[in-house]
Amino acid sequence: MFEHFFFFLLGHGIYQVEPAWIKYVLCHRPLIVIVGLRIILRSVVRVSLYYVGLTISSSPLTVHDRLNLDEPGLVQALQAGDERVFAAVMDWYSGSLLRLALSYVPSRAVAEEVVQETWMGVFEGIHRFESRSSFKTWLFRILTNRAKTRGIRESRYEPFGLSASSTDADEGPSLEDSLFVAEGSGEGHWIDPPQAWEPDTPERVLLSKECRAAIEQAIESLPATQRQVMTLRDIEGVSSEEVCNILEISETNQRVLLHRARTKVRRELAPYVQGDKR
Amino acid sequence: MDTNLKSKLMKYMVGNFTCREIARLVTDYLDGSLTLGERVRFQLHLGLCFACRNYLRQMKYTIATLRQLPPEPVPPHVKEELLKRFRTWKQRPSQSSGKPETD
Ligand SMILES: [Zn+2]
Repeated sequence: MFEHFFFFLLGHGIYQVEPAWIKYVLCHRPLIVIVGLRIILRSVVRVSLYYVGLTISSSPLTVHDRLNLDEPGLVQALQAGDERVFAAVMDWYSGSLLRLALSYVPSRAVAEEVVQETWMGVFEGIHRFESRSSFKTWLFRILTNRAKTRGIRESRYEPFGLSASSTDADEGPSLEDSLFVAEGSGEGHWIDPPQAWEPDTPERVLLSKECRAAIEQAIESLPATQRQVMTLRDIEGVSSEEVCNILEISETNQRVLLHRARTKVRRELAPYVQGDKR
Repeated sequence: MDTNLKSKLMKYMVGNFTCREIARLVTDYLDGSLTLGERVRFQLHLGLCFACRNYLRQMKYTIATLRQLPPEPVPPHVKEELLKRFRTWKQRPSQSSGKPETD
């Protein structure tokens, strides 16, 4: 029955081709079945979960877990000026804030000052915080505002609104083109097909100092907006909706920037995780 | 098998997604922003193409690695300074000055 389906797909031409065609289809049939089953199974699971009212979540530990507070509880404690909560929240987020600040200002010292200014902004503003966004989004928004102002004040900084987006656009839409056959019969195919990476966990790979330095270097050399999107989405695990909100960019733009950043970091990571094949 | 033949067959089977397009759409795929048709064609291509399956895995691996990067170390003097500023702010009777931060 399955064979008939594919003969139908391939049309009448099937009888004129070499057996290799048919062999190819037949030997890949299990894969096609698996893919089909996967699609069906996933939609079944998703639909049933929707009806049960569950969402799949495997979120890592948050500051809420650590303090054993939900979001309104956290905001209330902050508004009440609870020192224990403030200390924990500042401890939790300062590293992340610093990472993002570094993409706006030229030096670490200035970035540290921006982080301090951000927390001052939190002290001043927490009473007016109305939970229209999450605390985290609000916090990062204060940081980006302060960092932008600060970045413009620093002479080495070029205003991001103009220069960064134009350099991003200059890269063109086809970042990956060099990886593929440009013309001829194999057009659009891999010149050098990706190999399986060694099955070491990311944690173990990051233990290598060289590798970590290479990744950090790759992130640092990204255009500022790409670096900001990647920092928030991939390193801090902020949702795409929140990232658009924090950086004030469109969803599409955000995805393009993220894609470019990921493509470049993947390329830099490759030598450290490739097996002995090359 | 002859690669030319293979690529012809793949074109036929998988609609018009080439490996290059798969590489270009991989972030959209992971974000779940492809249309149903594109998604099916994407997965069909993956089912037939080892190279693109490896590429997708590599992308996922890259993201997982980025997620594991430790936070930037905050120097102790900055932390102390923050706590000091917090205490000063808390002792101040009026807290309504300063630029308002809207959410
Ligand atoms: Zn492919």
